[in-house]
Amino acid sequence: MIAEAGLAALWLAAALALFQIFLAFAPGPLRGETRVIRSVAIAQGALTAFAMLMLLLVFARTDLSVLLVAENSHSAKPWLYKVAGAWGNHEGSMLLWVTILGIAGAALAIFSRRMEERTLAAALGAQATLALGFFAFLLFSSNPFARLFPPAFEGRGLNPLLQDPGLVFHPPTLYFGYVGLSVAFSLAVGALLTGRVDSALAKAMRPWVLGAWIFLTLGITAGSYWAYYELGWGGWWFWDPVENASLMPWLAATALLHSVNVLAARDSLRAWTIMLAMIAFSMSMVGTFLVRSGILTSVHAFAVDPKRGTFLLALLATYVGAAFFLFAFRSGKLAEGPPFELVSRETALVGNNLLLSVILGVVFVGTLYPLFVEAITGTKLSVGAPYFDSVAGPIALLLALLVCVGPLLNWKRDGGERLKRLAIPALVGVTVIVIAVVVVPGTGILSKAGLGVAAMLGVACFLPLIGRRLRRTPLNTWAMVVAHFGVAVAIAGMSASSLLTKEVLTAARPGEQVAVGPWLVEFSSVTPAAGPNWTALEAELRASKGSGVSVLKPQARYYTDPPTETNESAILTTFSGQLYTVIGKPAEDGRWQLRLWWKPLITLIWLGGALIALGGFLALVGRAWRGWRKERER
Amino acid sequence: MSRTWLRAIPVALVVLLVAALVWRLANPPDSEVKSEMVGKPVPAFEIAAALPGALPLTSTDLADGKPKLVNFFASWCVPCIGEAPVLLELQRQGVPIVGIAVRDRQADLADFLAKNGNPFERIGADTQSNVQLAFGSAGVPETFVVDGRGTILMQHIGMIEREDIPQIVAAMRGAR
Repeated sequence: MIAEAGLAALWLAAALALFQIFLAFAPGPLRGETRVIRSVAIAQGALTAFAMLMLLLVFARTDLSVLLVAENSHSAKPWLYKVAGAWGNHEGSMLLWVTILGIAGAALAIFSRRMEERTLAAALGAQATLALGFFAFLLFSSNPFARLFPPAFEGRGLNPLLQDPGLVFHPPTLYFGYVGLSVAFSLAVGALLTGRVDSALAKAMRPWVLGAWIFLTLGITAGSYWAYYELGWGGWWFWDPVENASLMPWLAATALLHSVNVLAARDSLRAWTIMLAMIAFSMSMVGTFLVRSGILTSVHAFAVDPKRGTFLLALLATYVGAAFFLFAFRSGKLAEGPPFELVSRETALVGNNLLLSVILGVVFVGTLYPLFVEAITGTKLSVGAPYFDSVAGPIALLLALLVCVGPLLNWKRDGGERLKRLAIPALVGVTVIVIAVVVVPGTGILSKAGLGVAAMLGVACFLPLIGRRLRRTPLNTWAMVVAHFGVAVAIAGMSASSLLTKEVLTAARPGEQVAVGPWLVEFSSVTPAAGPNWTALEAELRASKGSGVSVLKPQARYYTDPPTETNESAILTTFSGQLYTVIGKPAEDGRWQLRLWWKPLITLIWLGGALIALGGFLALVGRAWRGWRKERER
Repeated sequence: MSRTWLRAIPVALVVLLVAALVWRLANPPDSEVKSEMVGKPVPAFEIAAALPGALPLTSTDLADGKPKLVNFFASWCVPCIGEAPVLLELQRQGVPIVGIAVRDRQADLADFLAKNGNPFERIGADTQSNVQLAFGSAGVPETFVVDGRGTILMQHIGMIEREDIPQIVAAMRGAR
């Protein structure tokens, strides 16, 4: 019954979405009042949430008469993985996608009280159109509630590699980010239809962009750390197509986050902001398509299903195509915003947007270029890290330099007096570059420049606080400072680790010592170890840097069902960096393969990511606090 | 005028993107790993018998003048169970088959052969996948046609289906 209730809720929600579209876009007298459309959107969101709840329930109870449960779960799994199993598969994760879409639509209906009514109605219509397509996808080609008759005696279990806390939170976090951008998309479409692109629209759009962007930032940061410790390759970003699929919406959302502020504060960049809002969610849909259709080779190996792929691609082409057609025809009618001078906050933010768009273009081209080339010439090629690093890297550093400047400029017009304050940060940056060049001779120009830029930004990002009373500084300013400081910290981590990492690949017998960077690592022993569904050979490494000894225990694991070998790295985190150890295969003569890395300052990468997200969170709280105070003063 | 064109650029990009993705969906990527060893002599190896009391297997056994089928399999491999009846059918048609058990245990292997039949002339134990890698094979089951002089003629990736039998028999006939 639970599964049928979930399925019924999905059908009802789909019917309501259709009704909502009719109410929003029907000609003249048939068009519904915004009040009614709001209620329908809320009911539709509640029904999808109910359907998701029913799916969680059948997974929690391990109801093996449901096909999806039988294929992806097992009665003996820990409860957390049972529940997470609900989205650890294609159908469940698409239901989660639709649920977030529905809830976002309902929240738009509930919270956007101060928006112009006709634009809101059109936006809710657009949101329902998105939802209807994905409801159809679920109901016609990916029904999560399909029954299995006769029921299975036992489930097939979940891939052991997916039984990791990281995998419980990683997909939903990214989905919140991806799908949160749908609201910005719908608002942009609604505003194009009514022609009301103004600062009120920007203010309505801003919290959605901010919220989605925070989730994307967290999802990408956590995903990067997960890949780093779990895959045992010692890298933190691989320019893998699926990674890029999450980076592209983030880049677009970051640009949108800044341009929406210009629109809110100055009523400028109208068409541009609308286009970015469309690009951001389009990139999310492209990302979802790439992941779910499995058409690009990637470490995220998902099953290829041409029928589902075709359905998703048709949805993507329809929505994105229609949105940009609308943009091509309607954006010309938008009036120009108020003018601004060459030296102004607006110019700096336009620069930010252009540079972010160029980086987005670089990643887009790099990800899809092999596809275009193969389609036209039949040649297979792959675009790797050297392209992305050497093309996107310098542009990113240029952008970081601009981040030093922008916050010091006034809106509309600026004499540039405050730019003199940049002298000290610039001096700090140059000093760091000189030290880097002297201490680490040879290659790595980009990393050295990165260290310098990070140092400069690390100081410069605090300049907007000068001359302010810190207690009375608005939370939004603090948010900006924290997020920009996070950028500096992350760049410092990336540059330092790529410049200073020491790697040793060796074969050693137990009892021997290996030196890596400042560490002396003694390989004491190899002993067998066992877990619930794996056996392992566990090395004991005793690492010392002069005083005190830390013990690391990397494992070579063998899972039995299905037979899989994994390397469980052991990582020692200190203030100055991480010692990363992996044990490989035994050689014939009693020696073992050992891979040791000393990665100075690498933790700063994820610390920076967390700071950036924290900045976003502060901004969200600051906006909410201001809105609440304004309401109360009325 | 020029600005109107500018606004159509996103539409053009979308069309281009969708066209490329449609092409990819229609022409899925080739995920099979083809061996570089096809057309080359069998790499030299010498491995113990997979079952107690049987003869060991060396690369010279594959160059004794008669064309053979070399089947990489394992008792822990589910498609290998599905393939077993087809291999028995090939043996009935007179095709000599040499087995190479990849990362297997003796007891499990004996159990597997008792349940699914034994079409093999001889079975070598490839405990560390060394022979498999030397053949340029990336997984189990995989099957190679080797001619009488020990040259690899053909690679079949994955389970052999009944429909594949004529093709394999023809390749064996063509081999010397």
